Amino acid sequence: MDLNPIWLTLKLASITTLILLLICLPLAWWLSKGRSFFKIVIEAIITMPLVLPPSVLGFYLLLAFSPQHGVGKWLHNTFDLQFVFSFQGLVLASVIYSMPFMVGPIKSALQQLPASLSQASYTLGKSKSETFRRVLLPNIKPSLFTAMVLTFAHTLGEFGVVLMIGGNIPNVTRVASIAVYDSVESMDYSAANTYSLILFSITFVLVIGVFIFNRTQAKSPLE
Amino acid sequence: MITINIEKKLKAYSGQQWLKINREFIDGSIIKIYGPSGAGKTTFLKIIAGLATPEKGFIKVDNTIWLDTTTETSLSPQKRCIGFVFQDYALFPNMTVREHLEYATKDTQWINRLLTIGKLETLSTHKPGHLSGGQQQRLAILRALAIKPKLLLMDEPFSALDHDMKMVLIDDLKVLFAELRLTVLIVTHHPQELAGLGNDELEIATN
Repeated sequence: MDLNPIWLTLKLASITTLILLLICLPLAWWLSKGRSFFKIVIEAIITMPLVLPPSVLGFYLLLAFSPQHGVGKWLHNTFDLQFVFSFQGLVLASVIYSMPFMVGPIKSALQQLPASLSQASYTLGKSKSETFRRVLLPNIKPSLFTAMVLTFAHTLGEFGVVLMIGGNIPNVTRVASIAVYDSVESMDYSAANTYSLILFSITFVLVIGVFIFNRTQAKSPLE
Repeated sequence: MITINIEKKLKAYSGQQWLKINREFIDGSIIKIYGPSGAGKTTFLKIIAGLATPEKGFIKVDNTIWLDTTTETSLSPQKRCIGFVFQDYALFPNMTVREHLEYATKDTQWINRLLTIGKLETLSTHKPGHLSGGQQQRLAILRALAIKPKLLLMDEPFSALDHDMKMVLIDDLKVLFAELRLTVLIVTHHPQELAGLGNDELEIATN
């Protein structure tokens, strides 16, 4: 039994979560302050993967990063980077696809903190970045944890978008969800069951972990 | 000497109204600010602290101009060195009592003195969630004093306290304000509850 798809999936989910954490902390902070039309448009774009069929997103990423034309051609010629049918491509697609799961809870938590917390810190002479690091961030820990786990779990379950941009290349882009599909296609139900059971178990442990961690919160961590 | 001349448009249920204040305050005075809800008492304090900006205005403290809308000058809240006690206290849930003060100042001797003044020495490792209303209120005041401000702004600091606790705190504060020679602006709904504390007052009416 080839366990590489499982390791590849865990690697993809870990890298995606880390990248999204770095991108989404400042992004969510910026979005949480004010509601300009520009911010609404950016937020709508970030939210699109929640409602768009993954295959549509994958199709456009495939077009955009194809080495034959446009951005993909420029990246290939300038930096020798190829996003189509490569692990980097899976990471890029996952980052876009899972972004709303990271941004949403962090933004919502920052908005729920009283404005007076930041203001008190400013009157004590602290800069915006120090206030964010030492006052805001420590007080949204449960939401931060929820966002990370949901992003990780959501990346584990990606199928359409990774299939479109990455294909099914063993040890490169063949993640667990694709391995399940591939095993069923080749009538290997035992392998499909093993992959499915492992994915189910990991996801269940993660989600129940979030609920246990947030058990003292009044609301469901998914709200 | 603090010179304030500001005009700010406020949103109200009845439409728009203006907050217009033109006053001077002498150093070391304790000013009670009162007026009906929605008149702009909190906004007035926030404008002084640099946390809100008026449409038109001028604020000068001693010889430094903090705000002048005609020249688009506005000193950031960080540079105004104002002690601000928020109505909801705005304590940081992640920090202990001592950490609140350490966040504001590195002066260990001053921190220890403040803890003594506020009678919070034995609670220095407690977080705000484990303090009573009165202890939280004292911590909010101590944190504001930790930066050794010349001007202290207090937004309805006693609203959540019962009568007895209020009286005890007011007595302590009288001594403290005199000792630190602070200029203090206190917003209150009931000026009579601060009997003996202030020596000047400002009524903010709806315009």
